[in-house]
Amino acid sequence: MYSVSYQRAGTIAEAAKLLEAGDAAALSGGMTLIPAMKTRLSAPSTIVDLRHIPALKGIRATGRRVTIAAATTHAEVAASAEVKGVCPALCHLAAHIGDPHVRHMGTIGGSVANNDPAADYPAALLAMEATIVTNKRDIAADQFFKGLFETALEEGEIITAVTFEAPDQAGYAKFPNPASRYAMTGVFVARRSGQVRAAVTGAGDDGVFRSAEVETALSRSFDPAALQGVSVPAGNLMGDIHASPEYRANLIVVMAKRAVAQANG
Amino acid sequence: MSDVSLVVNGKAVRGTVEDRTLLVQFLRENLGLTGTHVGCDTSQCGACVVHVDGKAVKSCTMLAAQASGSTVVTIEGLAEGSELHPVQAAFRDNHGLQCGFCTPGMIMAAVDMIGRHPAGLDEPTVRAELEGNICRCTGYHNIVKAILAASQTMAAGGGAASRAA
Repeated sequence: MYSVSYQRAGTIAEAAKLLEAGDAAALSGGMTLIPAMKTRLSAPSTIVDLRHIPALKGIRATGRRVTIAAATTHAEVAASAEVKGVCPALCHLAAHIGDPHVRHMGTIGGSVANNDPAADYPAALLAMEATIVTNKRDIAADQFFKGLFETALEEGEIITAVTFEAPDQAGYAKFPNPASRYAMTGVFVARRSGQVRAAVTGAGDDGVFRSAEVETALSRSFDPAALQGVSVPAGNLMGDIHASPEYRANLIVVMAKRAVAQANG
Repeated sequence: MSDVSLVVNGKAVRGTVEDRTLLVQFLRENLGLTGTHVGCDTSQCGACVVHVDGKAVKSCTMLAAQASGSTVVTIEGLAEGSELHPVQAAFRDNHGLQCGFCTPGMIMAAVDMIGRHPAGLDEPTVRAELEGNICRCTGYHNIVKAILAASQTMAAGGGAASRAA
C-alpha cells in the first residue's frame, strides 16, 4: 500500500480535529476503505481511526426506539437481543453482510457513510425512515442518501449513530452477488400504521431508492400475492456484467415478495 | 511510523513500523509467523484469518497500527507443544486439505465458528460460515467434515477444547 499517516482518535472531538487536516479520511472497520486504498481508488494522506472511541460503541433500545452507535459492528447488530426483539429484519440483514470475518470489523456507520450503491444498510435506513446522527446534526435518511457513494455528510462530519422507531413489520431479502456477497438486488420493506415503504439497493443506477410500484401494491395488501404481476421499470436500473437492468427489475419484485413473506413470518 | 504493541500467541511483542503496514505483514515479516498466509490480498479468500481480541478477522485488511493494543492468535498459537488443537487434529484425520495453502485461515475460521456456536453446528451452517474462506483446490467437502468432527470433539470436552482460542 502507498504511504499514509495513521491517527487513532480517543474521542469524537479529537477525531473531528484530526479530520480537519487536508485530505484526511475517517477509518471505521476499514472493510471498504483499506481495499480501496490498496487499489488507490481512495488515496487519503491521513486516516483517522474511529474504532477506539467509546462513545461510538453500543446499541440502545427503549421501547421501539433503537439507537445503534456508529462503530457497532455488523456481527454485534446481528447478535443483538435488543434489536432482535423489535426489528429482527435488521439482524437478518446484518448477518448477511460480507462474511463472518468482515462482519467482525465492518461497522454500520462506515457502511452508511460510504453509501455503496450495493450496500445493505442504506435500504433498511431509507425504508424505516431512520435518522443519521452526526457530530453536528440529525439527518433524515430521506435527505441523507444522495447517489453513488454520495451522502449529505459535509467535509469532516462524523456519523455518531443511527436511530429509528422500529416499524410494525419489516423484512429484507437480497440476491447476493456470488463472489462479492454485495446485493445484486436487495429490498427492505417496512410497514407502519398500514403504510409501506420499500427501499431497493444494488439495483438503482443512482444508488438506493424507494420503489413506488412495490409500495403501492403492498399498501393495498401486505402479502407476497399483492406483487403478482407488478412490474418495475428498468429505465433507471444498473446494468453490468452480472445482470441487465431488466433482470434487476424482475429481481426487485422477487426480492420484495420474499421480504414481505419474511416480515409476515 | 507507528509503535505497535500486541500480545501474539500469549507473548507481548513490540515493533515500530510504517503506518501502512498491514497486520499480516507485521506477523509474517516482523515476527516471522509465516503460518498466516496472504492469498488474494483483497479481503476475499480468508487465507490470512487470525483472531484479534477473540474474533476472526482478515489480517490483510487491517493495519498493524489499528490492531495495536490487541491480543492476537495465529495458527502458530493453537497447538500445545506437540499436541494439536482439536480443529487441527480433525483436519488431519479427515484429510481436510489438499495443497494446504488455505488451511491456516480455514482452521482459524473454524475455531472462531465453533466458538460462536456452542450448541453445535450442522452442515449448512458450516458451509454458510465458510463464505469468507476460499479453497482453490475446491476441497470443501472434507473441510466441512473436519469442522463438524472438531465441533463434536470440542463439545464433548475432548482434546484441548478448554483452551480453545
